[in-house]
Amino acid sequence: MKDRIFRATLFLAAGLIVLLTAGIVYGLVSQSMDALTHFGPLHFITSPAWDSRSDDYGALSFIAGTLLTAVLALAFCIPFSFSASLFNGEYFRGRKIATVVGSIVDLLAGVPSIVFGLWGFYTLRPLLAGAGGQGFGILLASIVLAIMIIPYASSLSAEFIAMTPSELKEGAYSLGATRMEVVRYVSLPVAGSGILASYMLAFGRALGETMAVTMLIGNTNNLPHGLTDTGNTMASIIANQFGEAGGLKLSSLMAIGLLLFLLTATINFLSKYILKCVTLSKS
Amino acid sequence: MRHTLEVLNQDTSQPCDRSQRYNPTDRKVTTQQIVMLRPGRSQRYDPTGRNATTQQVVTLRPGKPQRYDSSRNSRRIKDRLFFYLVCCCTFLTLIPLFLILWELIQKGYRQFNLGLFTQVAPTSMEAMLARISGDALPGGILNGITGTLLILFVAILAAIPLGIWVGIYLAEKGERPLARLVRNLADLLQGIPSIVTGIIVYIWVVRPMGGYSALAGSVALAVMMLPMVIRSTEESLKMLPASLKEAGLSLGGSYASVMLRVLLPSAFSGLFTGSLIAISRVMGETAPLLVTALGAAAINWDLSRPTSSVSLLIWEFYNDPNLAPLVWSSSLLLLLIILCINLSAKSIATKWKTQ
Amino acid sequence: MEDTVKYILELKNVSVSYSPGKQAVDNVSAGIQPHTVTAIMGPSGCGKSTLLRAVNRLHELYRDIRTTGEILLKGESVFRMNPMQVRRLAGMVFQRPNPFPTMSVYGNVLAGYKLNNISLSQAEKDGIVERSLRSVNLWDEVKDSLNKKGTFLSGGQQQRLCIARTLALKPELLLMDEPTSALDPISTARIEELILELKKQVTILIVTHNMSQAARISDQSMFMYLGELVEFGPTKQMFTKPRDKRTEDYLTGAFG
Repeated sequence: MKDRIFRATLFLAAGLIVLLTAGIVYGLVSQSMDALTHFGPLHFITSPAWDSRSDDYGALSFIAGTLLTAVLALAFCIPFSFSASLFNGEYFRGRKIATVVGSIVDLLAGVPSIVFGLWGFYTLRPLLAGAGGQGFGILLASIVLAIMIIPYASSLSAEFIAMTPSELKEGAYSLGATRMEVVRYVSLPVAGSGILASYMLAFGRALGETMAVTMLIGNTNNLPHGLTDTGNTMASIIANQFGEAGGLKLSSLMAIGLLLFLLTATINFLSKYILKCVTLSKS
Repeated sequence: MRHTLEVLNQDTSQPCDRSQRYNPTDRKVTTQQIVMLRPGRSQRYDPTGRNATTQQVVTLRPGKPQRYDSSRNSRRIKDRLFFYLVCCCTFLTLIPLFLILWELIQKGYRQFNLGLFTQVAPTSMEAMLARISGDALPGGILNGITGTLLILFVAILAAIPLGIWVGIYLAEKGERPLARLVRNLADLLQGIPSIVTGIIVYIWVVRPMGGYSALAGSVALAVMMLPMVIRSTEESLKMLPASLKEAGLSLGGSYASVMLRVLLPSAFSGLFTGSLIAISRVMGETAPLLVTALGAAAINWDLSRPTSSVSLLIWEFYNDPNLAPLVWSSSLLLLLIILCINLSAKSIATKWKTQ
Repeated sequence: MEDTVKYILELKNVSVSYSPGKQAVDNVSAGIQPHTVTAIMGPSGCGKSTLLRAVNRLHELYRDIRTTGEILLKGESVFRMNPMQVRRLAGMVFQRPNPFPTMSVYGNVLAGYKLNNISLSQAEKDGIVERSLRSVNLWDEVKDSLNKKGTFLSGGQQQRLCIARTLALKPELLLMDEPTSALDPISTARIEELILELKKQVTILIVTHNMSQAARISDQSMFMYLGELVEFGPTKQMFTKPRDKRTEDYLTGAFG
């Protein structure tokens, strides 16, 4: 009897998660309906307009800003996170220094977004401002984003690199390969999909980052034309304008939230799917 | 295969040390052997080596490991350079954390005093007067600290028990359709950007309650913590040997008591670390609180009213030039607490693992 | 009725399948008399452990495993009893020693009572712990470290602790699933001595892949092959005059 109740509560808890997710999706969809029907979904996505006076809203500028910053951030982060994962997963695997380095990199993930924003604003921005302008913009935001996502990309890929069977590596060494060649021709092909998946997870993070980007991107509602141009991402426009929004504008912000949700969900599912394939074939 | 050929070409172009008892033609074969893990086939690497042609293996000659060629070999130099590059870039990734800490300490230590913990945030006017007279700013972030405690406490109360329960369900019913669905949904929840969580809570809690509130903030943070707690519970339960559960049951224990008295306590270290990490991750969250808890000037313990938090105060200070000096001390405090939680979680995990 | 009470455990046409159509245990029938040691032998994968785990209904933890036939414990069908009661009557010792990692030695012995929500007075607890640990010859070794975690003991001690934990509930039947396969020879010898002593209290059903162990400790033996119970009889007779060709081959080392 007691067991029945116990199992029932477990089942209920699991059901609650389903309900919660359904509520999230339903909430987002129902609230963004106004904007989507008023402008038409396709037009909403492809329109760069964002004008409160004429009540004309479109998401293109923000989609562009989001993708641009996230892709740049990923590009900036790759050399560093990849090095860190090789350092921890291959060169110093299992040694004390690898644990120390790994812990410090992981701590970076704990730094709140707003602190990154502050640091970017007061320390990095003046460095970029020399080139003219105040330093705000896509470039500044993506540099800080790159630092923020390094731990997400590196710790998971280090695990995959470390999982390369040592017989394979030893085989390669005994045939005269240098360590770099072993990394390139043995470790990387074996760990490749896992590394890809971890970078996609990091990319998903970069898409949704809010505070740091809001503080650094310059907050202008235009299509960004260059690296030093200011702009807005989907997350930052919501954070910026949600407080004073109402009516059609609020609904448009919700629609942007829905789009952002769909975008990150897709990226996450793709990477989880790759991860699942990798771990299945490993075991 | 193209990569293989590249290596080949590089090799044959290099002077080859005869004393090493190998020749480039052999290497060709051997490299192909290694590169049975061709790019693109990486997922399905096959340990039986069925893709390797065995005839080629036969032609292999035993040679000394070539790992540290004594010859002046550009491959070796390249290898060294690559290694230094990796070390260098790794070193660079470590720098930002210390730069951030240094900046916060340098600019924040002056305001990092007792007042920070005992007084509420000053108004812009008070701060301006102090600045004009060159004093340290009066006031602290007490209202933020109490707010963070209140919001976080309620969030923990909601998210951790529920997360553990769902985690148990997943660990036990792993392959059922509902369990698979729930696992995927937990992944989905984990990926939701924090601001999106914020606006959803705005729709479901702030609007029906008729205003911003600490409770709404707690709900937002709880939603963010849930997936992390669920996954860490599931993972740590799955790490236990199956015989532990069987032993408990074969002593005649009921399913519930074996779970609660044997399995959960055995998985406690993993659970505890997971929860600590989850807490530290949401502690510094600002975006979802902006649209749910909003912020308040005074200390508030009422769940149904707007409440401030440390992170919200940082945002406020950042936006008000008069209050800017306080940004550093409060950020320093927040960062130190979060880093401490992270570090202790890590040391707990390693300590309990070795036991 | 006379017939069934004679046996403490009776298996009637027991079959276990992991997936439909694949029998891991095929139509096994046997009767076990009280206060005997019965060894179940056979090459790995022949269904020894599967049969053992059918007795205390552990298979019910997993989906897709089906048990058919009848298992009578003291004349009563285990499938009609409460599984918890079955498992209390038929205690189980596992291949690897598995004391509960969060509990002390003391707590481990009493784990069965705790898990069954049976409250005891302090005196009763102390009595049970001492009696159980004495009956597995562990008391003198651990009486000064009862509050240490059970996982700090050596492998052999851990296994005896696990036996004590099972005996604390006063089972009628002790199911042992290769209890010495993870232990060194000295610990193994001690467990074997213990089994012979415990015979006075309980009936023991032990799975082993070690033939000489079966010869040393058991009164009767079962030889299983590919899920089938090939031969069941007094150990001495089986080792000297096996009736079946397959038993003979196994005992002479022709396979396994």
